[in-house]
Amino acid sequence: MSLTTAHSVVAPSANSKRIAGAIIIAYALISIVPLLWIFATSFKTPPDSIAYPPKLLFQPSLEGYCNLFTTRTRQTPEYINSLGPATGFCDETTRKRNMVIAGPSNFLPRFVNSLIIAFGSTFCAVFLGTLSAYGFSRFKVPLADDLLFFILSTRFMPPIAVAIPIYLMYRELGLSDTALGMILLYTAVNVSLAVWLLKGFIDEIPREYEEAAMIDGYTRLQAFWRTVLPQATTGIAATAIFCLIFAWNEYAFAALLTSGTAQTAPPFIPTIIGEGGQDWPAVAAGTTIFLVPILVFTILLRKQLLRGITFGAVRK
Amino acid sequence: MLNRTAENVARATPEQLARKVRGVSDRGLAWLFISPTILLLLAINIFPLFWAIYLSFTNYRANRPNEVVKNLGFANYQRILGDQDVWIAMQTTAHFVFWTILLQTLIGFTLAWLIDRKFRGHAFWTTLILVPMMLSPAVVGNFWRFLYEPQIGLFSYVISFVSGIPPTSIQMLSNVSLAPWSIIIVDTWMWTPYVMLICLAGLRSIPEYIYEAAEVDRASNWRQFWSITLPMALPFIMLAVLFRGIENFKMFDMVNLLTGGGPGSTTEVASITLKRQAFESWRTGYSSAFAIILFVAVFGLANIYVKALNKVKQR
Repeated sequence: MSLTTAHSVVAPSANSKRIAGAIIIAYALISIVPLLWIFATSFKTPPDSIAYPPKLLFQPSLEGYCNLFTTRTRQTPEYINSLGPATGFCDETTRKRNMVIAGPSNFLPRFVNSLIIAFGSTFCAVFLGTLSAYGFSRFKVPLADDLLFFILSTRFMPPIAVAIPIYLMYRELGLSDTALGMILLYTAVNVSLAVWLLKGFIDEIPREYEEAAMIDGYTRLQAFWRTVLPQATTGIAATAIFCLIFAWNEYAFAALLTSGTAQTAPPFIPTIIGEGGQDWPAVAAGTTIFLVPILVFTILLRKQLLRGITFGAVRK
Repeated sequence: MLNRTAENVARATPEQLARKVRGVSDRGLAWLFISPTILLLLAINIFPLFWAIYLSFTNYRANRPNEVVKNLGFANYQRILGDQDVWIAMQTTAHFVFWTILLQTLIGFTLAWLIDRKFRGHAFWTTLILVPMMLSPAVVGNFWRFLYEPQIGLFSYVISFVSGIPPTSIQMLSNVSLAPWSIIIVDTWMWTPYVMLICLAGLRSIPEYIYEAAEVDRASNWRQFWSITLPMALPFIMLAVLFRGIENFKMFDMVNLLTGGGPGSTTEVASITLKRQAFESWRTGYSSAFAIILFVAVFGLANIYVKALNKVKQR
């Protein structure tokens, strides 16, 4: 114990800090185990992945990743050997280990679908959201509170409840199982979050900036473009990442409304089948690849996280 | 300087276009900015909702689009409210919502309360704790199925290692009494950080001087916790409960991937029933009525709750 002259009566004692720290670290470590396990499994061979007791130490292998991306159909080892010289890394790995490949993988197209739909809908949602948020923030809109609540309330609906009529509507319009249909849908779901979050951000930008610009002869539109938009960049970026994370992770709509060409990764990954049951290393590899972007965004977003998950209702 | 630039821009622009752009009034601009969003929501949210209301009065089946549609009046609603299975599904949903919220609030608040001590390195560990909630429930739920496997899964291994029960008898997903808990565990693992984050914001919003005053009054730590910390953080806790409540009422992805509603119908929550009726039995009219009932229930409960929340806030 060291003696300090500046002593706060409120600050927690060093001891209680140490205990709190120990409990938090223990919780964090335990809660991260399933993710580490996914990561580890993605580098196991199929037999290693289902060994009992679970293997902590193993010879790392890229079989899971190869099986995830292979485009060859199920083949016997003899057939594989009868093929010409190996082309590319995955082919080589398969030959060397004398592996049997199960089914052509659709992972890459599904992953690309995820990228197209997530980024497309994010762009649309943020674009529409920015305009609306500016409208609500700066102009006297009749019934503004009601409209804002209406926008928020669209999030109360269980996705399955809206999925039935949307399924029928898309069937009529020829939008079912298309990327465009999914982009429109996710835009509609995300725009509520975008409007609420961005309104908060734009409210914080002083109106004086635009007023000064308009006195200088800019029109409203020019003032919006030249002064508000640059000021709101951080907010727009944060909003975009939240929309992206939602669209990236969404499962219910994707599972019900897409079946083939427009299917995204979340409903696809659970269907990766290998020799007699799920090919867990391949599933783990797909999961790992799918999770990495989100992990990066989480770390980038730390400061805005609270706002984003509560529609801006809580600010730190 | 800027003025002159603007004038030059205005002069360079063709007369008519310039008038058009400058001529848009603030009110016109407001509508121009807001209407695309409203139109999109009308098209993708409100129109389908009204369509669902219409369908809920019919015997329409989406897999037989050519059949004549009969108007049934309130028959679908009557059947749902008299249907034993629907009530069981609602009970299952309520059971999940209750336990997940209870566990997440207790653990989440405790974690926030500990982190609030700002021990060394708390920012890093907080971020680490937040990771599960950012992931896709479907993808993660699917992997938990692997962790739960009785013979090969890490979860059963750890449990049997600690408790001594043979791993083959830890059938988390196929045992009738364990299956609901397998979902509650994953949901709690995933969403406790969410509650923790909101509680943390609540705790950080309590001004220091209140504690200083309490300290001067020689209030015990226990007393400070019950009379300051908890009541001041309560609106935030309630907000977290609201968000989690709405989300868990709609719970679909995790259940669909972990148990698919089974074994039997022990984990069949409302969303799963709805999916079975709508996309497996193709009873579109019937399931639309069920969807409307669910929507009204969420909306009504959320509204009552928000009123209570506002009362707590005003105190």
